[in-house]
Amino acid sequence: MRILTCVKRVPSPGAKIVVTEDGKAVDTNMLGFAVSPHEECAAEEAIQLVEQHGGSSTVMTLGPAEAEEQLRTIMSVGVDEAVLLTTDGSDWDPMATARALTAAVRELEAAGEPFDLILFGNESADSGGYQVGVRVARALGRPIVSGIKGVEIADGEVTARRDTPTGAEVYRLPLPAVLAIKEGINLPRYPTLKGRLGAKKKEVTVMEASREPGGQAMLTLLAPPSQETPTEILGDGAAAASAVVDVLERIGVL
Amino acid sequence: MSDLPSTAKVVVIGAGIVGNSVVKHLAALGWTDIVLVDKGPLPNPGGSTGHASNFLFPVDHNKEMAMLTFDSMAQYEEMGVSTTSGGIEVARTEARMEEFRRRMTSAMTWGIDAELLTPTEVKEKVPFLDESVIVGGFFTPSVSVVDSLQAGTLMRQYAIDKGALTVAPVTEVMDITVADGKVTGVETDKGYMETEHVVIACGVWSPRIAEMAGATIPLTPAVHQMIDVGPIDILQETNTEIAYPIIRDMDTFCYERQTSGSMEVGSYAHRPIFHHPDTIPSIEESRLSPTELPLTQDDFDPQLEQAIELMPLLGDAEMKYGINGLLSLTPDAMPLVGECVEIKNLWSAAAIWIKEGPSTGKTIAEWMTHGYPELDPHASDVARFYTYQRTEEHILDRCAEHFNKTYGIVHPREQWESQRGYRISSFHKRTEALGAVYFEAGGWERPHWYESNEGLLEKYKDQLPAAREHEWDYRWWSPIQNAEHLALRESVAMIDLTAFAIFDFKGAGAVEYMNYMTVNQVDREVGSGIYTPLLTEQGGFRSDLTVLRLGDNHFRVVTGGFDGGRDAYWFNKWLPEDGSVTFEDKTSALTTVGVWGPNARKLVEKVTKDDVSNEGFPYGDVRQYTIGSIPVTMLRISYVGELGWEITCNMEHGLRLWDLLWEAGREFDVTPVGAGVYGTSGRLEKGYRLMGAELESEYNPVEAGLNRPRVKSQDFIGKAAYLKARDEEPAAHMCTLTVENHTSTSGVARHMMGGNEPILTLDGERILDSHGRVSRVTSAGMGPTLGKYLLLAYLPPEYAVEGTDLQVMYQNELFPVKVARVGSKPLFDPDDSRMEQ
Amino acid sequence: MSTLYVVDHDRGEITDAALEGLTSARALDPGAAAVTVGGDGDGLAGMLAEYGATTVHQIHHDELADYAPAAWGDAVVQLIEATSATAVLSVGSERGNEVMAHVAAVLDLPVVANCIEIATGDAWEMTRVRWGGSLHERARLEAPIKLATFALHTTEAAPADTPGAGAVAEFVPELGLDAAVTRIVDRVTTEEGVTLATAPVVIAGGRGVGSEEGFAPIDELAELLGGAVGCSRVVTNNGWRNHKFQVGQTGTVIAPEVYIGCGISGAIQHWVGMMASKNVIAINTDPAAPMVTKADYAVIGDLHEVVPAVVDEIKRRRG
Repeated sequence: MRILTCVKRVPSPGAKIVVTEDGKAVDTNMLGFAVSPHEECAAEEAIQLVEQHGGSSTVMTLGPAEAEEQLRTIMSVGVDEAVLLTTDGSDWDPMATARALTAAVRELEAAGEPFDLILFGNESADSGGYQVGVRVARALGRPIVSGIKGVEIADGEVTARRDTPTGAEVYRLPLPAVLAIKEGINLPRYPTLKGRLGAKKKEVTVMEASREPGGQAMLTLLAPPSQETPTEILGDGAAAASAVVDVLERIGVL
Repeated sequence: MSDLPSTAKVVVIGAGIVGNSVVKHLAALGWTDIVLVDKGPLPNPGGSTGHASNFLFPVDHNKEMAMLTFDSMAQYEEMGVSTTSGGIEVARTEARMEEFRRRMTSAMTWGIDAELLTPTEVKEKVPFLDESVIVGGFFTPSVSVVDSLQAGTLMRQYAIDKGALTVAPVTEVMDITVADGKVTGVETDKGYMETEHVVIACGVWSPRIAEMAGATIPLTPAVHQMIDVGPIDILQETNTEIAYPIIRDMDTFCYERQTSGSMEVGSYAHRPIFHHPDTIPSIEESRLSPTELPLTQDDFDPQLEQAIELMPLLGDAEMKYGINGLLSLTPDAMPLVGECVEIKNLWSAAAIWIKEGPSTGKTIAEWMTHGYPELDPHASDVARFYTYQRTEEHILDRCAEHFNKTYGIVHPREQWESQRGYRISSFHKRTEALGAVYFEAGGWERPHWYESNEGLLEKYKDQLPAAREHEWDYRWWSPIQNAEHLALRESVAMIDLTAFAIFDFKGAGAVEYMNYMTVNQVDREVGSGIYTPLLTEQGGFRSDLTVLRLGDNHFRVVTGGFDGGRDAYWFNKWLPEDGSVTFEDKTSALTTVGVWGPNARKLVEKVTKDDVSNEGFPYGDVRQYTIGSIPVTMLRISYVGELGWEITCNMEHGLRLWDLLWEAGREFDVTPVGAGVYGTSGRLEKGYRLMGAELESEYNPVEAGLNRPRVKSQDFIGKAAYLKARDEEPAAHMCTLTVENHTSTSGVARHMMGGNEPILTLDGERILDSHGRVSRVTSAGMGPTLGKYLLLAYLPPEYAVEGTDLQVMYQNELFPVKVARVGSKPLFDPDDSRMEQ
Repeated sequence: MSTLYVVDHDRGEITDAALEGLTSARALDPGAAAVTVGGDGDGLAGMLAEYGATTVHQIHHDELADYAPAAWGDAVVQLIEATSATAVLSVGSERGNEVMAHVAAVLDLPVVANCIEIATGDAWEMTRVRWGGSLHERARLEAPIKLATFALHTTEAAPADTPGAGAVAEFVPELGLDAAVTRIVDRVTTEEGVTLATAPVVIAGGRGVGSEEGFAPIDELAELLGGAVGCSRVVTNNGWRNHKFQVGQTGTVIAPEVYIGCGISGAIQHWVGMMASKNVIAINTDPAAPMVTKADYAVIGDLHEVVPAVVDEIKRRRG
């Protein structure tokens, strides 16, 4: 098995997002950077699949030189190799991103073995375009399914599970295939200290990406309108139960 | 949520360990109408307390810090939020073992149980440690871990239960209002409160809050990195918060501390990383909390390797949490406590870590209540910094320099490398040409000795004491100091004293005011110089200085460069509100040179036509004379026990004055002499006390031997306590001791630093006076003329008997000492005939 | 402008979200036509007309018996070419975004996902959602055929004042043998009754629940109210509850009548998943928690005391 996971360097999620004064970017002065949560799970899945089926895993990202940090983070939990497609750090639209990734996959496969499986996150945490994986898969002529929370590989096929409100849909794809993974498929491991130090010493393949933008351009970022509403305090502790039930009655859900 | 009252007696801003402690102790001292506000929620508002490592190592070389830690430990213990884990500092180098021997000495001074361990003994206590990478350990069984958030909750509750406190979390301070230089109120997003006092206990945000009132709190938020790794089986099996001693890997500047099933690894080894109080993210903008910023992993990686080296099991543990935690750093690494110098009733309670939190809260509450705290806050006093030392650049440079010394081996005489050359004496050009080695004194570049005097080593080789043999004792010191001392005693010396802080007081109320400030009578003839202590209300030393009566309504105060900030604050605090006395800081306008020695009069006679005879200008007097065409103020006084003067003139005349004196001194072989003689050897031979060393608010003039036969009729600060102290048998006497044998067990001569080394009985017991104060060395140095190495220490009456044999501990070894003098009568020239001839 | 709206349905079952999207599409272009893929969708024509569809294109093909993302996309692309559509819209649901991504990939055109506002013109300017809703982006779209999806819960689904003609037009695409290689081969049903995504009442637990067992009173309250249980990301990370219960940016996005957050601080990633709720009740010990300050109603207290008391009170009132 040779598995490629594509990840994106994004400002660490978990806090209110602040926009820079010019409205062109997220103010990352006090934020760390991370890999999008879905992609963290994708990388973990790749590691587990390699643990089960043997082979090797690669992580690739398109981003500024600093994105090396995210590649090392992913390597520190057990991914073997890393590829960095460098950009100038500007916001690349999904088409440009997909084109660069597709070209890189072709180049990597031409230089070595083809990838049996390419994993994406379902959508990036920041821009959330829901399409890069699909575009790469279609360009490579490989099957893809999104929203995947379960993967099994057997007999040259991958069986992928996608949750629905009432259960799950099961898809079966011939390899080589592409999947867009969702959080919940696994609980990604944390790096060990040795893992971290080992990853630090590994080499990262750096390739320059060429930008071929599509027709979508980000103009500005803005904070959504505030949702602060006056809060009616119904009371303290168990004594407030009656007031809560009154509210439920009033709304009509009782 | 409590509604904000419209008026308060005091508003405490910040509900971390410090703010909570302040409200508790204010309530305990009887304060009511206290309001505690914090912009964050409780119990963890998001400041440094919330992510602190919460461990307390009690052994500290610094007395103030040791006492604060000691008291905090007691408070945590009393609140039931403390777990004794023990702590081991481990050494990877022999230099560190030497530091541990110094720590053993400090542990003895403060009465803390401690023990040096072999690597094997360390492993017995911490079996998962690889003992092959260490050479030994310093074990303190009483090291503890506390729950600082719970402590805060309990302290708030105490004040609430007393009906003294309103707590207002999630309340952001928008402004502090001020009128006539005094706090009037606090504006918050929930409303305005009129208040008499404001305490800023906002940790890393303190400078920003102080700025609202136009005050400065000189600190910077700085990163301390830590990570949490685990779970680790051997730790999980203990089923408790902490079962193994905390390890401080001193030579890698790291610590490992168990937290339940995992290990916290913290570091002071990374590059200094500073933030600005205005750019710390808000609670909403923070992933974890405003003071738990994302770990910059590259900075921490070298520490990972060292941690695995010491504890191999950490290698396979998972790193679940890592932060660039923010804490507060100050230019000299001490807290910022006391009333802000710019605004009355605005109190700083900042740059205080967990180990000082409860005790500092108490200190501030006492200060606000009684005018001065019980424990001398000398080194923490926010007033200690001069204006230039409150600038961002100064703060950042100094903090960058000392951050990696957090676990460093810091020599007591160690000098700063950064931010030098900011206060230059008018004589600098000359002293520099003479090879002056400059030490910093209140920011001034002050010659400590002169390399050009190296030749004196040959000249005085028969009189000089034996050379110092140990590198540690030799560091930041030169034998030239002793030679300069002998030259001064033999002929005449010039000493650059420009580091003095000088204040002028003028006005109709000056006499009354100055007499209220000082112990000794200052209402004496114009032309009198008066040495006097200044006391706290409780009768302890607040300062000691010289008051010159320059006119009927004009006094000049000359005080030490190290104390200028604190003394300026103190004088200003008491200045009459009616404007009858004006205060002017003349420090930067004036320059002073000391001319002393048997030939001082002969030298000065050559350059002035004015009368410098003993009759015309007796000891203690001050005169406005002329040297060349330079108007000078001459004060006949001496800190080195010789005939001579402090000669002061305008800064711009300084260089010319130096040259005139120097020219005139050639025929007497005038020697440039540094502060090594002025502050140490000359002073110690005369038994003169130094503020901050012998003189502290915890001791009174009777104990220091500085009481005069009579007490003036006028009231003054501390008078009642002073009168009481005079009526009582003092609990201790300031004594001069001589070292009888310097040879250590290894055969090397050792020389004490005056760094709180304990004086012990011949049985090796600590000596405590009836107030529980320990006998320790407050100053130490050679007396080259006496041929003895001198130590100053307070001793209780039973030991304060001349001829008594005792011991001193230094670097964990004992040396015999003898009580040579009780009280202030000098060992050298006891009747002061040399000065007063 | 000639607009197609691609309907998200599962074997003829339509979701509210799909109707919300149509409501938005109609506002943008009153002449918008709806597209259903697969014969199972034929039955929706009447309802789509009610929601304003002027035409309903029904795509029929043997390979489109069940959902197959690539094949759906290919089919829609052929319809676009056949109808000369200049705008194709759908809803930002899992399938909506997925099919539109395929359409865009095949046409090699941009698709702008999760818009909340669109200004049409030669170039379109739209406001779209980033960070699951914690941030908005103003974007510009230049393309011969505009492709976009509407973010969930942007509008309330509402029938048109004047129903559309709903003229049915059949379309049969040409699909290659491998077009539907990615298709549903099996289905697993684990839940019956209300689901998190559609429940009128959601009771969600967070860090304050403390353990897997701590959910018992929350489960009981959900049962009593006929609601679903949700949770925050901390809960899934701690393994107290399966990820399918997770509400938020990387979990399920909900818009119930009532949301009750128990021991949930209200971190932004959770908030964006439930901010469309009509009524928010917070139960939390911390009066300063964002969930409390942003809620319509709040109880300050420990959920382990409050929730059982609410359960008891409901039982009491129901006798």
